[in-house]
Amino acid sequence: MSARLLAGLLLALAAGAADAALKGDPKAGKEIYTRCLACHMLAADSVGPRHCGLFGRRAGSVKGFEYSNAMKRYKVVWNEKTLDRFLANPMKVVPGTNMTYAGVPDPKERADLIAYLKEATRSAECRK
Amino acid sequence: MSFLIVPKDIAVARARRAFLGKSGLVLSGAAVALLAGRDALAATKGGKSAAGDVRILNTALGLEYQGIAAYQVGAESGLLQKPVLDLAVTFQGHHKEHADVLAKTITKLGGKPVSAKAKYDFPVQNLKTQADVLRFAAGLEKGAVSAYLGAVPLFGNHDLAKAAASILGDEAMHWAVLLNALGEAPVPVAFVS
Repeated sequence: MSARLLAGLLLALAAGAADAALKGDPKAGKEIYTRCLACHMLAADSVGPRHCGLFGRRAGSVKGFEYSNAMKRYKVVWNEKTLDRFLANPMKVVPGTNMTYAGVPDPKERADLIAYLKEATRSAECRK
Repeated sequence: MSFLIVPKDIAVARARRAFLGKSGLVLSGAAVALLAGRDALAATKGGKSAAGDVRILNTALGLEYQGIAAYQVGAESGLLQKPVLDLAVTFQGHHKEHADVLAKTITKLGGKPVSAKAKYDFPVQNLKTQADVLRFAAGLEKGAVSAYLGAVPLFGNHDLAKAAASILGDEAMHWAVLLNALGEAPVPVAFVS
């Protein structure tokens, strides 16, 4: 086995291990989501926009919700990757956002939170 | 079945009154810090830091308006019995004081305070008992603690951060009292997050 192939395999293994380590736990994420509850609800807009329909939705696009100009201009579609980036430090990723929150700096906590959001946004509450 | 832990003797009731009185003092401290017109506050006015601080304060103000509306729903639900009803009205009063101070501070910094929403979509269909109302309020208060905790380190002005931390303390006390009224551990963790 060439040294290059071995290095490649090791890198792939390391990446796999990192993915496994960051596999989100929705149960843990549900508890983390309680931090969001002052500003967000699943099925209704609050201080922040509703979370039902979050995955696959363009940022700043919930009808009738009053977003900051910064969020309206933020051209991403919410998915695991874009949420992970945003939630790490919302005000740094979208300067001018009204989500004036320091974020969830712990990658595992973010993975848990996103895993919960994926589950919750598929729940009966969101299918109504 | 009542979920409410009613104070069994005068000493406990006295402690509760003293507790509520102290939380009022905490708010007064915040109000003084915010409205004192300190040099540091004046120095940030109109600058980049002030714009960021105004945005944070406006988000907090929106949160406080929501809290006021939520306690109004609880108070008008007919589900709260005394002394829980009195607690709800007291806590709503704190949120009104927070909102008043926040709005004045935003104006002082050159910003425009957000208004309360015309309508809040609270899950009223799920509120069938006093315990439901208490749990709903406790969830909002816990969320408010997290929201302020996530906002405190973002302020450019340290006086505002201190004042926001003071409001955080008040919200945390609300959360603890509500948990206690539900018969749950009032302080379930050593650190809030």
